[in-house]
Amino acid sequence: MSPAWAEAFRLVFDPYNVLVMMGASLFGLFVGAVPGLTATMATALLVPVTFFMAPIPAIAAIVTATAMAIFSGDIPGCLLRMPGTPASAAYTDEAYAMTKKGLAETALGAGLVFSAVGGLFGTAVLMVSAPALAEFALKFSSFEYFWLVLMGLTCAVFISTDRPLKGLVTLFLGLLIAGVGLNNPAAFPRFTFGNTDLLGGIGLIPLMIGMFAVSEIIRYAVSDDGEALIVDRPIGNVFKGMWALAVKYPKQILRGSALGTLIGALPGAGADIAAWMSYAMSKKFSKEPEKFGTGHVEGIVESGSANNSALAGAWIPALVFGIPGDSITAIVIGVLYMKNMNPGPTLFTTHPERIYSVYLLFIIANLIMLPLGWLCIKVAKRILRVPRDILMPVILLFCIVGAFAINNTAFDVGVMLVAGLVAWMLEENGFPITPLILGVVLGGMLEENFISSMIKADGNVLAFFSRPIAAGLGALTIAIWFWPLLRRRRAAPAA
Amino acid sequence: MKLNDAVWGALFALLGAAILWHVQGFPRIPGQNVGPALFPGVLAVAMLVCGAILIASGLKARRGAGAAFRWTVAPEWLRSRRHVLAFAVLVASNVFYLLAVDRLGFLLTAFVYLAALMWVLRVRLVVAVPVAFLMALGIHYAFYKLLRVPLPWGVLQGIAW
Repeated sequence: MSPAWAEAFRLVFDPYNVLVMMGASLFGLFVGAVPGLTATMATALLVPVTFFMAPIPAIAAIVTATAMAIFSGDIPGCLLRMPGTPASAAYTDEAYAMTKKGLAETALGAGLVFSAVGGLFGTAVLMVSAPALAEFALKFSSFEYFWLVLMGLTCAVFISTDRPLKGLVTLFLGLLIAGVGLNNPAAFPRFTFGNTDLLGGIGLIPLMIGMFAVSEIIRYAVSDDGEALIVDRPIGNVFKGMWALAVKYPKQILRGSALGTLIGALPGAGADIAAWMSYAMSKKFSKEPEKFGTGHVEGIVESGSANNSALAGAWIPALVFGIPGDSITAIVIGVLYMKNMNPGPTLFTTHPERIYSVYLLFIIANLIMLPLGWLCIKVAKRILRVPRDILMPVILLFCIVGAFAINNTAFDVGVMLVAGLVAWMLEENGFPITPLILGVVLGGMLEENFISSMIKADGNVLAFFSRPIAAGLGALTIAIWFWPLLRRRRAAPAA
Repeated sequence: MKLNDAVWGALFALLGAAILWHVQGFPRIPGQNVGPALFPGVLAVAMLVCGAILIASGLKARRGAGAAFRWTVAPEWLRSRRHVLAFAVLVASNVFYLLAVDRLGFLLTAFVYLAALMWVLRVRLVVAVPVAFLMALGIHYAFYKLLRVPLPWGVLQGIAW
């Protein structure tokens, strides 16, 4: 074993780290199982706590909590017909229909086992592709990075939202927010209006806590929580019949995991979109599509593995390029910068043990998911009865203290509250939030590479296409921009 | 609150225009034709364009909808007194927190904050008051003692532990 791997094992199996992983697992399972609390919110809530940890435990907490939350989101879907996280929404009706047919064990078991399988598949792809991509990325200049970031943002707008125009608007808002403060090529204070708190820019963490946690709580306060009836039936052995399912649906598992990893790796689209797409794909290629929606396990097997594999897939661009694959890794990138673990290809050569630790954490998280998830299903009914009217105010107070804890300023608390209100308002009007977050995370990188490329190009726009990889990335990006127009033109004569 | 696309478009176009005007005052990098104004300037123009398209699509919807058209659509919850109250208390308690935390101290402010929010979410007071008290203490312990975040003591400075 290479010394870096030995070091990674030492870091991961450190007693403190193991303890953190256990705590984060329980936290993640709980957050996922309570409807209205999402995996992204779990990450945002963890950040203030991880702020006080060493890099590896901080990452461990996020990796385990999110993996658990995406699985346990299946539980209320199955028992209450309410998805615990958006990633389970695609097959909530299917799972509930299975429960009504008396197949709750199979639905929950399939969610649990194939979540773990999907997660491990995604991790394997991460382990193989990330170092290869990193080696490739070492040759990148500002031109390639400019196009890469632009392509990532383009994907976030055109692939992950159904209203590209509204996604574009929130993306521009995010990029503008990233421009506040001194952090620009000329170190000139932009949009600060004499306010010293704004010189350092608008804090990423308070912004994210606001947009992902506070906005959910506002939504909860103004909506009817609809007391749902919990299916009251003892739940037997969830692992029964899982081997038979794995033998029956190997292609589905593979297809779901592969699609999930790919969707996860595309910037802006995460576990929820992966689950929707693979559920649709499963139905399309199924030999018995008529059974979908009536309590048929096939779709749950495929999309259950897809949403967990997406989690690992999202880390590929995050670690190699610093471009988040989903909203969770958008927060993770903020944490990595705070921990002096700036993402990028050089991280693979300067701190390989940390990269290996991330792989190990993913493997362990997906393995301990099996016993812990089983335990969680056992106590699920009690978790589902947690009074959310008490929980939500406590979470909100936690958000406030968390936002304060990063820099110890009340200004950050204000940023968080305003961000929450704005995000809630935008989402009510059909403006997606993910492009905005990606804009904030990537704005600095996009501008820096844009300006240095402009200076190198000396006014010649063709220079942006002068290197082969840059030209390829640029052509691809522009193709995605014009794809909707082309499609419309082709569809128009037919209609 | 649902606003028509044209209203949003106008808002964003206005924002774009304001930024475009504001960045004109930014300095240039000597000897370069790019500077801190370029990137936000490009974004502002893009924002203006998107705003204009949104206005156009909003106006198109207006023509399509005829008499039933509204610039703003009040959401369902605005008609429910309980939800309006919940929203108002939610905003008010956060403003209260920001204004009061330094003077009153974290513990008292957090207690009032939690109790008010639980009350408006219709938790019974016999439950809400003790839970708010314990949770304020719990969060204080976790962040002040364990994570050493300097939460203010305010009026309780004399009995700080």
